[in-house]
Amino acid sequence: MGIRFILMVNKQGQTRLAQYYEYLTIEERRALEGEIVRKCLARTEQQCSFVEHRNYKIVYRRYASLFFLVGVDNEENELAILEFIHLLVETMDRHFGNVCELDIMFHLEKAHFMLEEMVMNGCIVETSKSNILGPIQLLEKAS
Amino acid sequence: MNPFSSGTRLRDMIRSIRACKTAAEERAVVRKECAAIRAAISENDQDYRHRNLAKLMFIHMLGYPTHFGQMECLKSIASPGFPEKRIGYLGLMLLLDERQEVLMLVTNSIKQDLNHTNQYIVGLALCALGNICSAEMARDLAPEVERLLQFRDPNIRKKAALCTIRIIRKVPDLAENFINSAASLLKEKHHGVLLTGVQLCTDLCKISSEALEYFRKKCTEGVVKVLKDLANSPYAPEYDIAGITDPFLHIRLLKFLRVLGQGDVDTSDCMNDILAQVATKTESNKNAGNAILYECVATIMSIEDNGGLRVLAINILGRFLSNRDNNIRYVALNMLMRAITVDSQAVQRHRATILECVKLPIDSQDSDASIRKRALELVYLLVNESNVKPLTKELIDYLEVSEPEFRGDLTAKICSIVEKFSPEKIWYIDQMLKVLSEAGNYVKDDVWHALIVVITNASNLHGYAVRSLYRLVQTAGDQEILVRVAVWCIGEYGDMLVNNTGFLDMEEPITVTESDAVDVVETAIKRHSSDLTSRAMCLVALLKLSSRFPSCSVRINNIIVQYKGSLVLELQQRALEFGAIVDKHRNIRSTLVERMPVLDEATYSGRRAGSVPAVVSTSQGAPINLPNGVAKTTSAPLVDLLDLSSDDVPVPSSSGGDFLQDLLGVDLSPSSSQTDTNQAQKRGTDVLLDLLSIGTPPAQSNSSIPDMVSPSQDSKSAINVLEQLSSPSAPAGGVSTPPGSSSMMDLLDGFAPNPSKPENNGPAYPSIVAFESSTLKVTFNFSKQPGNQQTTIIEANFSNKTFDAYTDFIFQAAVPKFLQLHLDPASSNTLPASGNGSISQKLRITNSQHSKKSLVMRIRIGYKLNSKDMSEEGQINNFPHGL
Repeated sequence: MGIRFILMVNKQGQTRLAQYYEYLTIEERRALEGEIVRKCLARTEQQCSFVEHRNYKIVYRRYASLFFLVGVDNEENELAILEFIHLLVETMDRHFGNVCELDIMFHLEKAHFMLEEMVMNGCIVETSKSNILGPIQLLEKAS
Repeated sequence: MNPFSSGTRLRDMIRSIRACKTAAEERAVVRKECAAIRAAISENDQDYRHRNLAKLMFIHMLGYPTHFGQMECLKSIASPGFPEKRIGYLGLMLLLDERQEVLMLVTNSIKQDLNHTNQYIVGLALCALGNICSAEMARDLAPEVERLLQFRDPNIRKKAALCTIRIIRKVPDLAENFINSAASLLKEKHHGVLLTGVQLCTDLCKISSEALEYFRKKCTEGVVKVLKDLANSPYAPEYDIAGITDPFLHIRLLKFLRVLGQGDVDTSDCMNDILAQVATKTESNKNAGNAILYECVATIMSIEDNGGLRVLAINILGRFLSNRDNNIRYVALNMLMRAITVDSQAVQRHRATILECVKLPIDSQDSDASIRKRALELVYLLVNESNVKPLTKELIDYLEVSEPEFRGDLTAKICSIVEKFSPEKIWYIDQMLKVLSEAGNYVKDDVWHALIVVITNASNLHGYAVRSLYRLVQTAGDQEILVRVAVWCIGEYGDMLVNNTGFLDMEEPITVTESDAVDVVETAIKRHSSDLTSRAMCLVALLKLSSRFPSCSVRINNIIVQYKGSLVLELQQRALEFGAIVDKHRNIRSTLVERMPVLDEATYSGRRAGSVPAVVSTSQGAPINLPNGVAKTTSAPLVDLLDLSSDDVPVPSSSGGDFLQDLLGVDLSPSSSQTDTNQAQKRGTDVLLDLLSIGTPPAQSNSSIPDMVSPSQDSKSAINVLEQLSSPSAPAGGVSTPPGSSSMMDLLDGFAPNPSKPENNGPAYPSIVAFESSTLKVTFNFSKQPGNQQTTIIEANFSNKTFDAYTDFIFQAAVPKFLQLHLDPASSNTLPASGNGSISQKLRITNSQHSKKSLVMRIRIGYKLNSKDMSEEGQINNFPHGL
């Protein structure tokens, strides 16, 4: 199980999406998110995108005002996770059209649906954008 | 419809939450919303269930408790429509806590959905199961999942594969049921199924050795072929990233190969070609390509030895290091750190590049502290005897320009490197002095203590060291630690500084007058930033100089006098005591301030290693150099020159006995507490005897020494004794002086020749069998050093009772605190079989409670018998009395 959690955080440090693949209580999550956000958002553009925190390795990437942070274990390929974040953003872009913080906020459940099609139990399931978005488009047609 | 619960739309709730200025406002809004949702739940309001669940997810994301929504999720899942199920499952996965009853309730719904005719609903159920399933659920639903691994739609198969991973992790016993169906997934064409199928196989291998064997035999070639096809595949728009088809699948396959190849030569051979192809052909100008290369390197380093591939892999890492992208550098350093254990020679070749990473300038856009820290770690691992000199030079040069935050780490590493690998003492001293003058304040206490120990042991370098220190202090006088070492050395070897004793060819000539040397100490003691330890060291140095430089004696006395009023008790006391010595006791002063005896490196390094002070193992022991400038061989372990640091905190009630010990630098062992002044005095006296060593052993037999002082004399300060001792004109054995101490005064008085009596080495002690087991015999022979009844020399002989030779033989011993133990190196570390020869080893043991307590010792003996580690332990209680 490589991926432990995925966070989307705006540049004020507010969580906009959180998905955990291991059980943490709500207090633990709040504390963890606070620590990670403080650590990662303080870093400069030149610093590398990997931060070690507790027993996680955080791989993060910034898109405009939104930070994507992925917590992985030590076995994971950091560069691949960076690429995965980009794939996630591209997929959301394709669906929302230039995704922004508000899209994710107001369509939280859709963002989750997409993520669910991409990651399951901490493993990547699918890397083709049309395969990922298929069920979601179906759902939109239905409603 | 309920008028309260219909409330706000999701969008409005988010807006009102965002509009909140304070956390309290936000809490109020959330509380109101939660109340409305609860109301809706209790009304069983179905129209807004979807909206309420969406709100709850948002509230949950903000970090508020939402457990009351879990039952709503269950209801939603149980409803027939796909959209309701969709939100219900999502809610379940997000809001679920570890409460088992909810899981139990949902098991049945999931089971039904797994058998649903709508494949999307089956997919939903699989996804939920894969994310939350417990061991019970795993057992219940495993057959369904196994069936779904062969489902017609690949999108179901891929989810079933990941679901299986969760199941076998929860219930490893189920693993073997899945081996065959997992293997068939490897033949798929659909990327999603392949990706998850490979992951499933990897996990199966980790859980079951049976699976690992199976996949090694049946699937290695298949996996290699999949990777080959993938690497050579034409452009596939759906999976293309930066010109590479599905890098994620590449990486998964490489990981799987790693698991298969690890520990199996044949399987590793099978994959050599494809690994070489991936390593050479993959485009490395984009992140995706580098991710694959990185994984490929990891696989090459883990599978069974293939020299050529490893060189290729390390070269890729070398290329990574010179990349401008810090992410690439980061992973390269990480991987090199792992690679160093596999092939350190190959990593050595990239030393220069790694060193460049340490030295990235802070203001350049490439800078990243974490990268430099990592690079430094790596450099540290790369140092060995052959490259220590150039590497240390590079690092020290860099120390001069590095920024403060990095200096602590850097200094610690340099010191550690220099200590570990220094080829010769002069080089060690040079490097340490450079570090001290650049970043002395970052140097830890034990490091500069060790430096002093080394200097005292290098008798031919005393002059060189003190002159170098003198020069450095002129330019880097603000480095406190440097000043401390300089002050100590000037105190000890000040005369060598002035006389240019032991001048080396490479040195620049230097002229220092006595008053110049005193200047250094005076500046140091007066510097307002000097701390107590430095000042106390300065006072000791001044005392020593006052004897070495008679011409400066008055000036020195004036400096010392200034501290008689110091508010710091330690300084005040030292100043008073030293003042008294300078003023009143000129005749013994020069003897009192003799150069420190050589410190025992082995004892010191043993102590630094954190072991019990008394435990000294032969392996750490460097042979002790015999002192040169010192008149006599005191029992070195007793002496701890660095006593200052051991009592940094001034002891307010420090008695005369302590003072003596301080002055003479006797190690304050915890046992000599204040309550035991008698003993402390005895020790003091003993050292006095030692130090003033008249050359001949005291006439009395050892047991009478305590009698001289202790019984009659109470805890009056030893300085009294000193004063009396040093005024030979005082009537010997003055009226008030008990007879015991008068005899001692006789002894010291004017260094009159003692009535020579035949040397008494004490009784000869019988040898003992200290330890005997079925395999080993240890005998001890005892002898005493003339003139030092506390110290016993033990010659230990080890003999082997078996028919096989022992190798890597090591003898270790531990003694209680009242004993001091020193082990000389053993004669050999191989013990021949059946008593055909033995190992002998000398132990020197000093009993501070001599004639009160007898010796006792715990021993441990380790050796290799047929390359198997053996160890024996025992306690020795049968020492002859009186040792």
